[in-house]
This record gives sequence, C-alpha cells and structure tokens, in this order.
Amino acid sequence: MTSFFQNTVGLPYDWAWFVGTVVSILLIALPLMLAVAMIIYADRKIWAAMALRRGPNVVGPFGLLQSFADGLKVFLQETIIPTSANKGLFLLAPIITFTVALIVWAVVPFQEGMVLSNINVGLLYVLAASSLGVYGIIIAGWASNSKYPFYSALRGAAQMVSYEVAIGFVLIAVVLWAGSFNLSTIVTEQKGHIFGFINGFGFNPLLFPMAVVFLISSMAETQRAPFDLTEAESELVAGYQTEYSSMAFALFWLGEYANVLLMCALNATLFWGGWLPPVDWAPLYMVPGIIWLFAKILFFFFVFSWVRATVPRYRYDQLMRLGWKIFLPLSLLFVFMVSGYLMLDRVGVPA
Amino acid sequence: MIHTLAFYLFAAVVVVSAALTITSRNPVHAVLWLILAFFNAAGLMVLVGAEFIAMLLVIVYVGAVAVLFLFVVMMLDIDFAELRAGFVRYLPLGLVLAVALVAEILIAVGAWSTGRIELGRRIAPIDGALPNIEAIGHLLYTRYLYVFEGAGLVLLVAMIGAIVLTHRNRTDSHRQNVSRQVARRSKDATRNVNQPVGQGVEL
Repeated sequence: MTSFFQNTVGLPYDWAWFVGTVVSILLIALPLMLAVAMIIYADRKIWAAMALRRGPNVVGPFGLLQSFADGLKVFLQETIIPTSANKGLFLLAPIITFTVALIVWAVVPFQEGMVLSNINVGLLYVLAASSLGVYGIIIAGWASNSKYPFYSALRGAAQMVSYEVAIGFVLIAVVLWAGSFNLSTIVTEQKGHIFGFINGFGFNPLLFPMAVVFLISSMAETQRAPFDLTEAESELVAGYQTEYSSMAFALFWLGEYANVLLMCALNATLFWGGWLPPVDWAPLYMVPGIIWLFAKILFFFFVFSWVRATVPRYRYDQLMRLGWKIFLPLSLLFVFMVSGYLMLDRVGVPA
Repeated sequence: MIHTLAFYLFAAVVVVSAALTITSRNPVHAVLWLILAFFNAAGLMVLVGAEFIAMLLVIVYVGAVAVLFLFVVMMLDIDFAELRAGFVRYLPLGLVLAVALVAEILIAVGAWSTGRIELGRRIAPIDGALPNIEAIGHLLYTRYLYVFEGAGLVLLVAMIGAIVLTHRNRTDSHRQNVSRQVARRSKDATRNVNQPVGQGVEL
C-alpha cells in the first residue's frame, strides 16, 4: 500500500505510509463489520435450525437483512446512562471492547504477503491485545455501579485471565514447532507438515491435543456458550451489559462477535494451515488463499454455533477446574513433549 | 517525522497519566491511569526497537498485574480521610524519599549527557539484524544460563511459598468427586417400580 501511494500517486514517503496504512485499516475493518453483521445472522440461523425453528426470516430475502435492521434500531434508540454510574468509564468500556476486538486483525495474514503489519512478534501481539479485552468487561461492570454487572465483571476477568494461561502455553508449543512468532512464517511452516503433503500443525499427533485445548479455550476466552458465565441470565440478568442500551450495547455485541471471528481465524491460522489448502497438491493452489482461510474461519464459526446450540452452560467451579486443573497441566505436558521431540529431532545436528 | 511525532505522543501521555495516577482521588481511576502509562511506555519501547520487551510489558503488567490491582482496589473500601490522617507524621520520611528520587533523576540526566552507548562494544555483542527474541534467547540460554535458571528457581520457591502460606485444609466443606459424578449413570440413581395401588411407596 505504501509503495502504491509513493510510486503511483507520488506522495512523499511519510504521507504515503500514513495514507496507505489508513486505507489498509479501512480495507480490513469495514468488511469485518459487514462480516460480523452476517455472522450474527448465521449464528441465529444455525441455532434456530438446531432447535427446529426458522430463525430470522422476515427482513429481506431469507431474513438476510435482519442484523442491519437490528443495527438501525439500536442506532435510533436513546443511550441511557444510569445516574449513579461513572459516566466517563461507563462509555469508555464498550469502546475498549470494540477497539480491542479490531486491533488484533492487524497481524492476521489473509494470504501470502497480505497482512497489514507483518511484525516478528505477531503472536505476542495477539496475546497482548487479547489480555486487554478483559478491561472492557471489568470497567463496564464497575462503572455501572450495580451488583449484577459487578459480579459478572469479576467472573469475566477471572475466567479470561485463567484461560489465557492455557492459551499462552498452547501458543508456545506452536511457536516451538514453527520457530517463529511471526504469523505468516507460522503458516508457511505448516506447508507439507505431515509426510510432505498435508498442510497444518493440527494433523500432527503431538499438536492435535493442543489444537483441541486452543479451540475450547478460545470459546472460554470469548465468553461463548458453554462458558458464558458472565451473561448467565438465570443468575446475573445480562451480566456486565445489564445497564447498557442502544449503541453502547451494540458495541459490546459487535466486539463480542468480532472476537469470535478472530478466534476462529486464529484457530485456522495456528493449527489448520491458514491460507494454505488442506493438502499440498498443486491444483488446490489455484483457489486464492483468502478463500481457504475464509472457509476455515466459517467452519470454526459453525463449530462455535454448534457448541452453543447443544452444550449446556458450565457451573463456575467446573469452568475454573477445567482451566486450571485440566488445561494448564495438559498444555504444560505437551510443551515439554513438543520441545523434547524437537530436541530429539536435532540430536547430532550442529546448532 | 512519524517516529518523532509518535515519540512525543507516547512520552507526553506517559508523563500526564503518571501524574494523574498519583493525583486522582478515586483509586480505580488511579489504576486505570497507571495502565495507560504502562501501555504508552510499551509504545516507547517499540519505538527504540525493543518490541519483545514492549509486548511482555503489555502481557505481564497490563494483562495480569494491573488486572489484579484493579480487582483488589475495586473490592476494597478505601477511606481517603483515614489515609490522609497521617500526613504530618509521614512527612519527614516522604521528604527523604523525594530528595532521593530527585537526586536519581539528576544523575540519570547527567548520564544522558555523556553521549550514546556504543552498542558494538557490549560484553556480549549480538548481530544487529537479529530479531529481538532470538538475540535475548541467545544470551539467556548461553552466557547467562545459570543466572537465568537461578532466577527461575527463586520464582519457583516464591510460588511454593505463596501456596504453602495460603493453603489450608478445609474439613467443613463438601468436596466434589468429579470422576464419581461423571461415572454415575441413571440406573444408579433411579429405578422403575410397578407400584400396586393403595400400598404406599417404599423409598
């Protein structure tokens, strides 16, 4: 983008960089918002189909415009701020959630060379940004000055911090195998990973358990069912969103689904070959990489919806037990096994 | 130019948010300003090319430590009148600390005027083109291996100590045996009885 604005448009480097970056950001963020609207519709349709209902089918053909109608509705509603709420923080919280859900997309590679910021600490950036996500929830809960949101914020914060530990170890296992924190390198390292023709770390028996742990942890990290303890309506009304209305509520909603899409993209990128086709066979490379990536994202989103429609909600102690007593030891064990195998693999090879 | 602008932006926000951290009346606001300061300090580190340290700062301090601060501060009922009561009593100690801090800042500024560090003449020179993480890894796992493992042991001892200090065996709580719960089948809990009319139920 920068070189385009520098060479074709003829701007000086600084301006070319600035304009190019802003245009690239918009090129990612605007389709992402559209994708979020459509994915909310898809989620409702999948959920309805599994419950033998029809789902949204009134607005537009097959109800395709339902999300936009909902968006218009919340846009036209009044933003209600409770009198005893902390006004500044109350409005800041949804903005944080929404922004954090967007910034991680800067390092997600969509295709070979098609990434906004190809930094060599990409995976650490993902971890850093996802650890920021907890602030949106915790600030919302505190600033609402109400009991249910506060309980929900405490639950959410503890849950996200707990599962980040397991996610961190899973990422370490992937990084050990790929030898890089750069997401594009991680994808290219997966080319022909198994027997030289299957693409994806997930097919590796040592990494497959990590892929499962990552998939479940990403559901917990995004507060999706069956781990949606922060929004358990039978206990906490609507959790940290209880006091929110109109656009502030919509920002939470959009941020939540953008996060879900992001986690699906990370699952696809880290374990299932990202933009690569599943098998390293020349005709499959005729399909553009971005299509493969989107197909994988949509598959994982279907899994997310499927789980949400079928698995009952966990109890809070079960959630914590799963995170600390099962996933943490399991991921630690596999970090040892992966590093042990890699050391064994290079015995006799000079460093 | 972008570099300079970014530096002044990050630096100004760090200074302002650090000042607001110590002056804000609400402790939750203070923690949030502190988080903003951490965040912009990470931005400064990215600008000098230490992207690994910057990301670790965000992951460890913003993602974990500050969350715990926020937890504690939100739950505590802090009475500011009580906190300010000892102002005169602690004034001498505070003044001594302030003088020490000012002296340190002066020395730091003096060190700045001695010129730039010759990066090529460090004890363990590393190729400048090497990414941050690899450079740190090379040093940690070769030259400083024993120090690094020693630090790891210290942390392990601290962790075990924390567990020993806070762990107590509760005898009054009913523990859940998860494997028993999972192994339980419906035939263990229910039975199908063809109950004759008028004879009552035997439980």
